[in-house]
Amino acid sequence: MKILVCISHVPDTTSKINFTEDNTKFDTNGVQFVINPNDEFGLTRAIWFKEKQGASVTVVNVGGSETEPTLRKALAIGADEAIRVNAEATDGFFVAKQLAKVVEDGDFDLIIAGRESIDYNGGMVPGMLASLTNANFINTCIGLEVNGDTATATREIDGGKETLKTSLPLVIGAQKGLVEESDLRIPNMRGIMMARKKQLTVLEPVEANQETKAVQFEKPAPKGEVKLISPDNVDELVNLLHNEAKVI
Amino acid sequence: MSVLIYTESENGKFKKIAFETASYAKEVAEKLGSTVTAVAINVDDTSELSKYGVDKVLSVKNEKLSNFNVKAYADVLQQAATKEEAKVVILNSSANDKYLAPVLAISLNAGYASNVVALPESTSPFKVKRTAFTNKAFNITEITSDIKLIGLAKNSFGLKEHEGAATVDAFDPTLNEDDFSINVEAVDKATGKVTIADAEIVVSGGRGLKGPENWGMIEDLAEVLGAATACSKPVSDMGWRPHEEHVGQTGKPVASNLYIAVGISGAIQHLAGINASKVKVVINNDPEAPFFKAADYGIVGDAFEVVPELIEKLKEFKANNA
Repeated sequence: MKILVCISHVPDTTSKINFTEDNTKFDTNGVQFVINPNDEFGLTRAIWFKEKQGASVTVVNVGGSETEPTLRKALAIGADEAIRVNAEATDGFFVAKQLAKVVEDGDFDLIIAGRESIDYNGGMVPGMLASLTNANFINTCIGLEVNGDTATATREIDGGKETLKTSLPLVIGAQKGLVEESDLRIPNMRGIMMARKKQLTVLEPVEANQETKAVQFEKPAPKGEVKLISPDNVDELVNLLHNEAKVI
Repeated sequence: MSVLIYTESENGKFKKIAFETASYAKEVAEKLGSTVTAVAINVDDTSELSKYGVDKVLSVKNEKLSNFNVKAYADVLQQAATKEEAKVVILNSSANDKYLAPVLAISLNAGYASNVVALPESTSPFKVKRTAFTNKAFNITEITSDIKLIGLAKNSFGLKEHEGAATVDAFDPTLNEDDFSINVEAVDKATGKVTIADAEIVVSGGRGLKGPENWGMIEDLAEVLGAATACSKPVSDMGWRPHEEHVGQTGKPVASNLYIAVGISGAIQHLAGINASKVKVVINNDPEAPFFKAADYGIVGDAFEVVPELIEKLKEFKANNA
């Protein structure tokens, strides 16, 4: 089985978010970048397939050379090779088009991408990629087994889950649950050394238009002070929730 | 040329988000000088949509669509959008809607903006405000394609009633075999329980509760409020609660009217995930807990004393206001 894991290079979950150039660009100053958490759950499952069922794992990112350390980390965790499409990830449609070319050329059976990136939260790449490559698509995937050409997947739905059966090629939108937090791997020294020797191919982008443009950013208005209520006066909280906040 | 919406239903009845999508679409249509057409799949009675500004309903009745199926549903919406010559298509943010939208975007060749929180700032160019960086920021997105696809963020617009009556047309799209290449084998859904996705109130517990055996009071508090229960990431990682209750950046997002956090310190990742909630209450014995900076109301105190007291007071309140 040939697996492709799509990796987004995103600010660490603890990052403070700021913007520059008149609020048109994300300020990367002092920001630590990581593998998008949803992608990392997917990557970890891919490595499980490699170890248990025999599979090759390729990771891919659409981005500039600054994203290469993130791809190297994926290699250190256990991916076999990496591809970087040398272009700025301008919008979900553009990225999906680039990835579709990689999928078609590489003849992948299983394509894993996080359900959304934690920066732009677009949630569009996995579904668009599936449609562009005529693959089956399962979003918010929290369980996946593959047997020959058949896949059995669990999808998180509002208020529960459902079990789906389909065939490869398949694109999944990965998230927590696909593997647990405790299954995530921290690269060890041997992995880091080996990652340096693994192939990282840089491809030039294919022609594709952009259908959305992030033109401006805003930070939420500063929050007012919390209203503190004495633990001896819980009645007051009920009163405020009813009469002031009007939520009960 | 109308604004097309998908109105999600369950067991033949509309979900509340269908009415929110309709309310929003009505005002978008007014900006464009257009009307709202809703696609309803296997809904027994669509008349309620009139109340929320829908002008026309395309009612699809088809056994094959009794289970949600992404390709088939996207195919239905694509055919409806083409028939109506829709230039703006609006979905909501349920699990199914977020599953559908990117697939539909490709078949309609439409630019897609998800998590949209307000009416378009302008319609030419078409600009919408959406959340980004997991609620730590907003992002104005311009959709440049001919057809625009919007995913409305949950609980961001509310319900708005309008006068009028919608016409109802039966709509029978052509479905093909390829639409059903994914089969639903089993659906596992808690019945009679409020889900985090649909809840107006969410009660959430953190490490401060000391152990899974203490969750009874969280459940009691949720019950008296008709709320869903949730938990912080460490609680789900330690296995105190099932991971489907984990809310936060890598867990489920919460956009409820009221979010009550008990014994949760308020790590930045947790706050990001719940920030779309309108009113936040924190109960924590540590006055330095970061959650106090994000909350509207707070009680510095021992959860094991405050929560049972709060349950009693809420019961009295409910009894007096029944």
